[in-house]
Amino acid sequence: MSFSSLDNSVKTSIMIPTGSEITDQKNREQRGLLSGSLSQDNSCLTTQFLFVINRAIEKDLSLHSCRLTRDYDIRLGHVYEQGADFMTKAKKKQTKKKTKTVRKAMSKTRRTSKKTKPKAKKAGGKGIKTTHRASKKVKPKTTKASRRKTKKIAKEVVEEISEKEQPLHSTAEEMARGQREISVAEFFIKNRHLLGFDNPRKALLTTIKEGVDNSLDACEEAGVLPEVRISIAPAKEDNRFQVTIEDNGPGILKKQIPKIFAKLLYGSKFHRLKMSRGQQGIGISAAGMYGQLTTGKPIAITSKISPSRPAHHYKLEIDAKKNEPRIIVDETVKWPVKRGTKVEIELEAKFQKGRQSVEEYLEQTAIANPHVSLRFMTPDGQAKVYKRVSKQLPKLTREIKPHPYGVELGVLIKMLHDTKSRTLQSFLHSDFSRVSLRVAKTICEKAKVSERSRPARIARQEADHLLKAINHTRIMNPPTDCLAPIGDELILAGLKKQIEADFFTAVTRPPAVYRGNPFQIEAGLAYGGSLKADGLARVLRYANRVPLLYQQSACAITRSVLNTSWRNYGLQQSAGALPTGPLVIMVHIASVWVPFTSESKEAVAHYPEIIKEIRLALQECGRKLAKFVRRRRKAAESERKKAFIQKYIPHIAIALREMLELSDRQEKTMVKQLTDVLERSRS
Amino acid sequence: MSKVANQIKQTATLVRAKIQRRSKPTLSFPLRSLSNVKYHPKRGFLELKGKKKTRTLTVATVKTFAQTLRMMSQARSLVEDDEIMTKREAYYVSKNWEDARFDEQPESDTVIDDIEALFEVNREQLGFIPEEKGGEVAGKLIVIDRESDTGKKLRIDCTKFGSGAYSIPISVEHLKFETKAKFVLAIETAGMFQRLVKHSYWRKANCILVSMGGVPTRACRRFIRRLADELKLPVYAFVDCDPYGMFNIYRTLKVGSGNAAHIIRYFCAPNAKFLGVTPQDIVDYKLPTHPLKEVDIKRATDALNNDPFVQHYKPWQDAIRQLLDMGVRAEQQAFAVHNLNYVIEHYLPRKLSASKKFLP
Repeated sequence: MSFSSLDNSVKTSIMIPTGSEITDQKNREQRGLLSGSLSQDNSCLTTQFLFVINRAIEKDLSLHSCRLTRDYDIRLGHVYEQGADFMTKAKKKQTKKKTKTVRKAMSKTRRTSKKTKPKAKKAGGKGIKTTHRASKKVKPKTTKASRRKTKKIAKEVVEEISEKEQPLHSTAEEMARGQREISVAEFFIKNRHLLGFDNPRKALLTTIKEGVDNSLDACEEAGVLPEVRISIAPAKEDNRFQVTIEDNGPGILKKQIPKIFAKLLYGSKFHRLKMSRGQQGIGISAAGMYGQLTTGKPIAITSKISPSRPAHHYKLEIDAKKNEPRIIVDETVKWPVKRGTKVEIELEAKFQKGRQSVEEYLEQTAIANPHVSLRFMTPDGQAKVYKRVSKQLPKLTREIKPHPYGVELGVLIKMLHDTKSRTLQSFLHSDFSRVSLRVAKTICEKAKVSERSRPARIARQEADHLLKAINHTRIMNPPTDCLAPIGDELILAGLKKQIEADFFTAVTRPPAVYRGNPFQIEAGLAYGGSLKADGLARVLRYANRVPLLYQQSACAITRSVLNTSWRNYGLQQSAGALPTGPLVIMVHIASVWVPFTSESKEAVAHYPEIIKEIRLALQECGRKLAKFVRRRRKAAESERKKAFIQKYIPHIAIALREMLELSDRQEKTMVKQLTDVLERSRS
Repeated sequence: MSKVANQIKQTATLVRAKIQRRSKPTLSFPLRSLSNVKYHPKRGFLELKGKKKTRTLTVATVKTFAQTLRMMSQARSLVEDDEIMTKREAYYVSKNWEDARFDEQPESDTVIDDIEALFEVNREQLGFIPEEKGGEVAGKLIVIDRESDTGKKLRIDCTKFGSGAYSIPISVEHLKFETKAKFVLAIETAGMFQRLVKHSYWRKANCILVSMGGVPTRACRRFIRRLADELKLPVYAFVDCDPYGMFNIYRTLKVGSGNAAHIIRYFCAPNAKFLGVTPQDIVDYKLPTHPLKEVDIKRATDALNNDPFVQHYKPWQDAIRQLLDMGVRAEQQAFAVHNLNYVIEHYLPRKLSASKKFLP
């Protein structure tokens, strides 16, 4: 290692950066400092050094560091884990003061243990950054600067310092100290991209999507034709918007409001097998949390459940550590509607038009939900209305029990444990769908387990046999009345409402099953009209009536569209691409449990059963389209021919008139006769 | 009214009658290709076998059909007014036809060729004349022509052009000839022709020299034919020793081409003989050669397999095989290797002394 060129004055101090906030200048600074410290005593690398180096490498800081780390590879990984908590910001002024005191302390620690020496040096360094929680603790201690206290500081800052011999490794006890429960809210604050809040643009769309989906679910469950008003208004600060979603649904009971809107993973839809838009109970509270995180403002809810009762108004924050609601305002207000819910969230966002925009989402929602009326107020004050074209509410769906084919071993064991049934046979019969007593008995016989045994006593091995037996037994497909497809007529109505085209067709496939879950595929096509003739076809994907706007290429629906051979249906399609032409392809999957590829519900997983059903639906639509395309092409062709004939026939007549010295009248007759002859020959 | 004009009118009447019967009018043309000709050894030229193609008026053919009829009408008025028109001019006239106009001259040329075939006449009879030059003549020949404005008789002595030559007109039907020459020598290249004229070879050999300039034009062929017919002169061809010289130039001169088979009977010189250069000459006179190109080989094999003329003459098949075996070709100017005037002093005299041995 060669750091000889470095200035001695930086040797004693080091700045520890927080990974995400390294500016260019800091970056340079950091490299210098780091190298300097190393040069002084590179025989003795400590945890923090290694951590910094690790960070430096992540940021691609210097070649020297890279060479260095190769030798210390193994330790690095370890150190990284340990050090992570401590590497945070601090104020430079404070740290300067600290430095002196800490340096004193360090000299003492040096005496006590050779190996802790450099660590302590760093800890006391000019640029120490600590979390504000940590710095609070550290501050008073450093001022005292006593011998014992310095030791403590060193320990605290570099958690892994061992008593004597092994400073680079931690013991189980030390590790245990860092282990604690993680709240769901904290987890999602860190991983907000999992919920669709990756960037301001997407955050806006996700917020509106969650609000509208909830409103529609609620209205439909209550049997109300949904009327949803959405508004996005610019807030006082730049890049902030006030989003309001208001529905005419049944409203929410007062005591439920805080939990629904300010507690993650709280809801009615997770524990049941039923077709609905929402599935997990994360969406709207996550939107509120995002607003709170980016603007500091609480989420506001107004709800009214009956015309005779007052409306409740809440302002809520989410306590991230506990994943519990914190009520800011709780009051009764007058709200001149019969019933309904209004949600207001202020958030940092970016409003955009075009692809993957709020407008696109609303438009596509309107297509798949022709019974919905949407009013949308854009930030620039334009009102957009998506009218209702059908008064027919979607069929109410039934909740179903799981089908045995979809169950996994762990789930089976849990069900066995939780069941109220007394015998295995009755458990199978009553906790699953489509298992008659006779089928249950067959399963037990195949598994060589007595049908009279108590479910709770079934051992893991036996459960395994049971599962195998289930998969080897013919069991009827799950009931499909739990699905509410849109229906071809309403798909047509929806498409016609939003898309100007010459030809529409729609197909609803019979229900099918993947992994024991019933699902149903529908497809629709719109062709011609004002659609762009020379671009690729547009694919509209829906899952339980919710449009999917992101991750098109990862989705089973897209895969099926690509794998359909559209050339058979009179369209152009280059290999591995969407078909070309004035075409909109709509595909809807309805299921009690739509298999998404991730929590943000953007793409449908590639189950062969699903892909096959989509393909069949598309082919059926394609055949109808082909008929239309062919007929149209033929008409165009004959039109062209007609024009062609009319262009040249007069010349034949002229030539004949000249050669035979005919009169004008005879020439005209000839034109007529010729046209007759040729028109006849065309068909 | 002339015969041609009558034919045109008849065809037009037929077309009209069909239209009036509400059926699709048709025009049928002899197929113009080598596959539709056979060699008639007695008459000495290629003849049509009688394959025809019929053009029926349909949506697909309506444009050509209209153009053909309009061109026919044009021909009729040319014939009636005793007017002439080059192919290029015909192309420009068509620009008046709006939608039926031709975009490129080859299109109108094809239509003219079609009409020509349809009536089995040469296009000059229809009033269409070619752009191309007819060829040049020098030697012991007096051509009797008329002044075009006064109609006065003109006697043109082809010995009196000095270092120049008489240029064969586009139409030669009205010419009359007087000569004391013994034979006609038809030469491929203008270069060789110049050499022979320069040294007044015609006087020495008592002949008429004709420069064909590549494949002889119709006028040139007709001119040679009339010399041969009316003056009873033998015709000898002197061309390069390669497939092009043998089959494109000589064969066309002697028996005509597939493309114009319908009018060959006027436009060939069946009594022509092949003086040289033969493949054997390459050996005998030690001529410098070039290797045969791919097109040459293809042309030679084609001639062997498909040309009814070659298939009729064994000596020609042998000659081709010999050429293919040698794999080389030689130009008529290659004699310069020995001496610039070797051709005049040695080659031609020696060849002419044995005219019986000429290839047929």
